[in-house]
Amino acid sequence: MKTDTVIKIENLGKCYRIGEREQYLALRDILMNLVKAPLRRLSGQKKRNKPYIWALRGINLEINQGEVLGVIGRNGAGKSTLLKILSRITAPTEGEVLLRGRVSSLLEVGTGFHPELTGRENIYLNGAILGMSRNEIEKKFDEIVDFSGVGDFIDTPLKRYSSGMYVRLAFAVAAHLEPEILLIDEVLAVGDIQFQQKCLGKMQEVANSGRTLVFVSHNMASIQRLCTKCLLLEQGKMRSAGNTREVIREYLQLVSEVVNIPLHQRVDRKGTGQLRITGLQLLDDSGAQLNTVASGANITLKFGYSTGTAPTKDVHIALGFNNRNGERIFNLNTLTTSDPLTLINKEGFVLCTIPRLPLVPDDYFITVFVTIKEVISDWVQDAFKLKVESGDFFGTGKTQYDNEGNFLVLNHWEVV
Amino acid sequence: MKELTKIKPQKGLIGVNLKELYRYRELLFTLTMRDIKVRYKQTVIGGIWAVLQPFLTMVVFTLFFGKVVKIPSEGIPYALFSYSGLLLWTYFANSVTKASNSLISNTNLISKIYFPRLLIPLSSTMVGLLDYLIAFILVFGMMIYYRFLPPLTILLVPVILFFTWMFAAGLSFWLSAINVKYRDVRYVVPFFVQLLLFMTPVIYPVSIAGKYRWLLMLNPMTGFIEAHRAMLIGHQPINYGMVGISISITVALFIGGLVYFRSVERYFADII
Repeated sequence: MKTDTVIKIENLGKCYRIGEREQYLALRDILMNLVKAPLRRLSGQKKRNKPYIWALRGINLEINQGEVLGVIGRNGAGKSTLLKILSRITAPTEGEVLLRGRVSSLLEVGTGFHPELTGRENIYLNGAILGMSRNEIEKKFDEIVDFSGVGDFIDTPLKRYSSGMYVRLAFAVAAHLEPEILLIDEVLAVGDIQFQQKCLGKMQEVANSGRTLVFVSHNMASIQRLCTKCLLLEQGKMRSAGNTREVIREYLQLVSEVVNIPLHQRVDRKGTGQLRITGLQLLDDSGAQLNTVASGANITLKFGYSTGTAPTKDVHIALGFNNRNGERIFNLNTLTTSDPLTLINKEGFVLCTIPRLPLVPDDYFITVFVTIKEVISDWVQDAFKLKVESGDFFGTGKTQYDNEGNFLVLNHWEVV
Repeated sequence: MKELTKIKPQKGLIGVNLKELYRYRELLFTLTMRDIKVRYKQTVIGGIWAVLQPFLTMVVFTLFFGKVVKIPSEGIPYALFSYSGLLLWTYFANSVTKASNSLISNTNLISKIYFPRLLIPLSSTMVGLLDYLIAFILVFGMMIYYRFLPPLTILLVPVILFFTWMFAAGLSFWLSAINVKYRDVRYVVPFFVQLLLFMTPVIYPVSIAGKYRWLLMLNPMTGFIEAHRAMLIGHQPINYGMVGISISITVALFIGGLVYFRSVERYFADII
């Protein structure tokens, strides 16, 4: 191991038995198997071998002191598994990793927070869980409270906090960790924009102070901004590693290929699967199907869904629109524009109408995110490609835009 | 030189990393404190619950077993006899019940952060020690009431408490680890603990078992409860032989539990 290498990953692999992640056994199953096994042998059936799946395999990487490594990839590519191995939550099946220095990991903000305890008590609890000593926490206590901005609520039980305050307090503790190696999973996906900026700033600070950062994210803009090096995972394997800009380009290329796979065949999705989105059709005003849409057209996105339970209540759907660079340009969410949906049938359609589509001609990628009673049911990154062509957005008959920016905005001119 | 961590596949039996456990001692303390604080939050009488549980059990047992059934109590008031047993028993029973479910109730910690997993059942068995201390006060109250002078051997009580903790912890290592994979444990333990009360000389003296005494001895709590009572009250000599058997079984169970726990903890995060 060279002196400035702080993380060395060699031929790392993690294998799961299919279903192992969710299922737990009851003794009943074991007893049933004891009974069934001899019967099966009698009837000449072979014992069904449970299939294995390599969540991660053949990972080789060296990360030097002070580097910021971004880990990107689609859902199920193995990003979280890699982080879990590096943070020693789970052991690898093969290969090894050497880490030099004190490691802290943030797979979620506020790990171990207890709703009954006060903010103060939770700072000590969370700090200890993250590996800070009591002394250290005491020294930084005022700073943490300051950073979180919860002020007078510090002696109030956490259950009375708003979700914003909760996240701010949690991140404030995490931000005052001083490890030599910091592993971060998409924790920045929470909180308001202002707070996210504050967090990114803090991470930049960490990176600049010569510490090493490994950072998993779907947000290409923050990856681009923070990372000196990038790793792209695809189905558990290293697809590429190196220069951030090039790796991101490769990821976007990958996305544009994947999006051609019919949605019901996509396996790179997360969630319980209680409800799955099965397809998308684009419709115009009259309900006729479209392949591409024009700027300024009234369009309807018609989603097919299928669920095992009907009726399904408390469904929320969010659609994230990304541009070619993998940047989120806007988000449509039933949380803000509708009541929770109730789906009566086991299979059916959900319609989302966008009047006068304000997008400049280009390709866009839509991420679908479905929750039922606040539990993620289906989440497919870049599920669809939306091809937007020139159209008469302004109603002036002029369809030649200069394609500056992302959006078309109505405007009027006059000389007075 | 910076500390070096090596991560590699884990196979077979794995020893206990004492150095690491020592480094995480503050977390053990913090987790224990968390459970203690949370326990009596939003209750009206708070810590008094710690006394109330063994006290009320004692009252009921004294009425039924002492007054109605007239179980012999080795020449001391039945109330004092049963409370001196229930005090230790309550600690043991609550600790095992709580600790065997402890990994499951801390799923969010196990799947999100690394620390020695042993801390979780360990802290669960420590929480009850405070309750024990609170409930202990009542022993003095009863001594005054019944005009008993506590013997010097009362100073030995911490030794018995330590081994009772060790027994509870050893049992909890096994049960909590098995519970991760087979959730049946959650249903078996409260039931098992309840039955075990009747196979332990808490509410009756060992002598009552006659020639089946040896059966009771297989249960380490027998030795501990008897010795605990003898040390507190001094109504009869401490049976060191019996305590010795209990300690031997306890130590074996504890070490076995440690090794088992360490060997299976590698899959906790994957299946919990």
